Amino acid sequence: MELKEFIAKFAEAIEVENQEALTGDTEFRQLDEWSSLSTMLLIAFFDEEFEKEIGGTDIRKCSTIADLYKLATD
Amino acid sequence: MAFLTYSGVGITAMAAAVPQRVINNYLYTQYFPAEQVKEVVDKVGIFERRFADEETCSSDLCFAAAERLLAENNVAREEIDLLIFISQTPDYRMPATSVILQHRLGLPNSCVAFDINLGCSAFCYGLTVAYGMMQSGGIRKALVLDGETRSKVYSPKDRRSAFLFGDGGVAALVERDVKFGRSIFSLNSDGSRADLIMIKGGGYRHPSSAETLRERVVDEYGNIRSDEQGYMNGGDVFNFVIREIPRDIKRTLEFAGMTVDDFDHIVFHQANNFINAYIAKKMKLDTSKIPSTIGKYGNTSSASVPLTIVSELKGKLGGEKRLLLSAFGVGMTWATAILPFVDCQISEIVEVAHGKAINQV
Repeated sequence: MELKEFIAKFAEAIEVENQEALTGDTEFRQLDEWSSLSTMLLIAFFDEEFEKEIGGTDIRKCSTIADLYKLATD
Repeated sequence: MAFLTYSGVGITAMAAAVPQRVINNYLYTQYFPAEQVKEVVDKVGIFERRFADEETCSSDLCFAAAERLLAENNVAREEIDLLIFISQTPDYRMPATSVILQHRLGLPNSCVAFDINLGCSAFCYGLTVAYGMMQSGGIRKALVLDGETRSKVYSPKDRRSAFLFGDGGVAALVERDVKFGRSIFSLNSDGSRADLIMIKGGGYRHPSSAETLRERVVDEYGNIRSDEQGYMNGGDVFNFVIREIPRDIKRTLEFAGMTVDDFDHIVFHQANNFINAYIAKKMKLDTSKIPSTIGKYGNTSSASVPLTIVSELKGKLGGEKRLLLSAFGVGMTWATAILPFVDCQISEIVEVAHGKAINQV
């Protein structure tokens, strides 16, 4: 999966409205839509799209969308 | 791989009680702004919960449910040879609440009574203990009581748990009868995840002290609680559950030689709607077979599976039915059960205030 496609799917999973503004460098915790519930949405997204088991600790180590992309595709 | 199989024993009657006090989750805004609350509530799908008042304990909810069950089914109290009380919110640290209930319910001193402390999957665990003891032949009837007052456990100032939990109590009558076919249980535990859901203080590892009672900010979101209150690492619990629960259900079905289509109803632990809907979607389950009380009672821990049966399947358990139960939580522990139901008698839910039933027959 290309980064561009990942960003689109990430935006859908976290329910980000302004998808065009997102790049690999976007710090996802700074997004208006990010809340304590987003961790759960992100875990579901990784499970569904990549069949990858990630925990809260893995997410805490990431700060940008590119970090998440790396986690998903590694 | 622990699969437990029983036959000739089953649940013949059930009743449940909830506190009369209804909490509207959208209006639970004492500590958080309304728009934040709405966002959480919509996501978890918990709109109302029942909160016990200061005079009501788990045991009072179970007592009210048991009285209703015994009265409506004309059960002779001297025939109850076993009472199991399942809870993590007992009356006292000692004695066991089951023993107090033996006396309150007027059961004989020859009745075997003890508590099981386990959490969300405990109803399945409790049934295996009751079924196993029944198969010894020396027990005529058993009462499995399962109640929780989780509203008293969690901090209202910790948004990760403030909107989830509610209170309830259930009574199930277990009897031997050849009409019951095979029951199959899979019970599991993973203590490496003990710290995902925990009340750290107040036991003997960290006895109650000024320190355990002190409220403090616990994370970057500004959530506040003390060590005497429960906490939950929701993300890691979710991650664990969406992996292990489908796996355990599949293993149990394989062992039984069945598929999900062989069941009339599939009853999940009512954790929150996000988790439950995700599991159903992932396993491609027929959602019309999955009753839910998460919207009106919230997460009542170990009581949630039997409370959902009483609330949603009354009038639907006539004749022969087969149920799949799946429950998971603190421990972590998780369980899958395949249960035959044959003409199970289900009572109306009793409401409780000031520790007493307000609409007891």
